[in-house]
Amino acid sequence: MTDSVARPSAARAAPAGDGTDEAARPVAIVEKRWLGLTVETWQRILAPLAIGVIVLGLWEFIVRQAGIPHYILPGPLLIFRTLIADWGTLSGSLWITLQITGMALLAAVIVGGLLSILFTQSKWLELSLFPYAIILQVTPIVAIAPLIIIWVDDTLLSLLICAWIVAFFPILSNTILGINSADHNLVNLFQLYGASRWQTLIYLRLPAALPYFLGGLRISGGLALIGAVVAEFVAGSGGTASGLAFRILEAGYQLKIPRMFAALVMVSMSGIAIFLVLSLVSHLLLRRWHESAMRREN
Amino acid sequence: MTARVSLTTPDAVAQDMAGRPVVVLRGVGKRYSNGTLAVAGVDLDIRGGEFASLLGPSGCGKSTVLRMIAGLGEPSAGQIDWPGATHDGRGQPVRDVGFVFQEPTLMPWATALQNVMLPLRLQKVPSRAAADRAAAALQSVGLEAFLDAYPRELSGGMKMRVSIARALVTEPRILLLDEPFAALDEITRHRLNDDLLALWARAGFTVLFVTHSVFESVYLSQRIVVMAARPGRIVADVAIAAPFPRDAGFRTSVEYADACKVVSARLAAAIVA
Ligand SMILES: Nc1ncnc2c1ncn2[C@@H]1O[C@H](COP(=O)(O)OP(=O)(O)OP(=O)(O)O)[C@@H](O)[C@H]1O
Ligand SMILES: [Mg+2]
Repeated sequence: MTDSVARPSAARAAPAGDGTDEAARPVAIVEKRWLGLTVETWQRILAPLAIGVIVLGLWEFIVRQAGIPHYILPGPLLIFRTLIADWGTLSGSLWITLQITGMALLAAVIVGGLLSILFTQSKWLELSLFPYAIILQVTPIVAIAPLIIIWVDDTLLSLLICAWIVAFFPILSNTILGINSADHNLVNLFQLYGASRWQTLIYLRLPAALPYFLGGLRISGGLALIGAVVAEFVAGSGGTASGLAFRILEAGYQLKIPRMFAALVMVSMSGIAIFLVLSLVSHLLLRRWHESAMRREN
Repeated sequence: MTARVSLTTPDAVAQDMAGRPVVVLRGVGKRYSNGTLAVAGVDLDIRGGEFASLLGPSGCGKSTVLRMIAGLGEPSAGQIDWPGATHDGRGQPVRDVGFVFQEPTLMPWATALQNVMLPLRLQKVPSRAAADRAAAALQSVGLEAFLDAYPRELSGGMKMRVSIARALVTEPRILLLDEPFAALDEITRHRLNDDLLALWARAGFTVLFVTHSVFESVYLSQRIVVMAARPGRIVADVAIAAPFPRDAGFRTSVEYADACKVVSARLAAAIVA
């Protein structure tokens, strides 16, 4: 009987034996590290790097062996040297392309994010506006870019609009999906405590939508760059404010093929860098709780 | 360490309400929009301070009844009254319930403490006070060392404890639980049964516990309401007289075995009917 008298405090004092006890607390697992990175991270870095080096070596070898002229296909070494030599003009153009991409992405985040919140709050808004978002998305940007460039006087602004059109849809559709996929029981729980629409949005729907939004953001980052480059190809404008696409066109006209490749390399590198940065942001935001960013031990 | 008064001693209001009905269902029915008649003609009085279970086969409408009591879905027939409840600005009775779902239903992006703070934050309790009360609630379920753990870092049983702490943090008059331990292993389930009884004995709230386990309902309850399906209705109301506190010894007692036999018979009759 003493047993049962003591029990009311059992929840606090006695060992629960279900993982709540001191002994069952998680112990930090120390992994072997090499220059601060884990073995797995090194594999991730070294494996693609090795492939890259092999392919580049083969490329250089074939170009030299077959004596292919550099105005047809320059070797990687020549491209690299051109990149260094023309860095002055190319880096200026890179900066402009990156600016357009960045601003378009920012606009896509703001407009896409706000629209998705509006659409999920009002069925009517979604019903009446969503089809137009789809129309914008499915119409090839090369087809509308000339119109936009004619309508908007400022070239930079017209490029920005084109890049934004391409970039905003994945953010919009993903965030809508995320906002609507909050756990049904949690929605009930909020209802039970009389939560306002606003509270449900802030405390439940937006956090639940975050992984979806970030997935959309990673796609949109690449698309914004593509949009910026494509629009500039269409605009074909020269002058001081010219991005990488114009450098590619220009080099093509002048048959400076190594320079064309150098600009192309910079576009690709920018795309990879944008993807990596956005992946890092996504990882940092989700690592504590989301499945996609968790390191599983089983 | 100052524990919350009302989690350790019977609440004055609850004491006052003891034995008197706190929720009264009269002729309650529910037809879902797809035409399913989930429950029909349910008359049920839940008395203040009691531990009652709703027992029945799968699909007999236990969740439907519980959710209607919680205010998640209106009855399509009959009414639910709240004798002795205060009323809000629009003249609606304040339900004052805590709800525990079958799944822990925690926000994965929030720590245990933040999850338990949620009901208080929704009621605009200042965050400092909310954090203190949430910490006390987590302590009462034995999780004081896991305030900053995320749900993914907790075992199934621990997540369920967080869920119970969240339901209790507002100090509700009635705790509604919908098969809360069905997904847990037996050892953890027994442990949580005991802890739930201990909390109930200390705080004096009213419990309505949904389960499909005869053994669980007999171990926990003062009263078992047996339901049958198609349409969901109440077919028996069995009192379990065994005194509290109950412990592992009760599980092996003749009294327990007899009660299980009686309730099983009622349940079997309900399934055949
Ligand atoms: N949202 C819904 N829409 C339509 N029918 C529903 C809905 N929810 C439940 N039902 C139906 O109502 C009946 C009762 O369901 P309910 O979930 O209340 O049963 P239950 O006793 O809780 O079952 P279980 O033990 O499996 O949880 C079932 O026939 C079910 O199919
Ligand atoms: Mg159910």
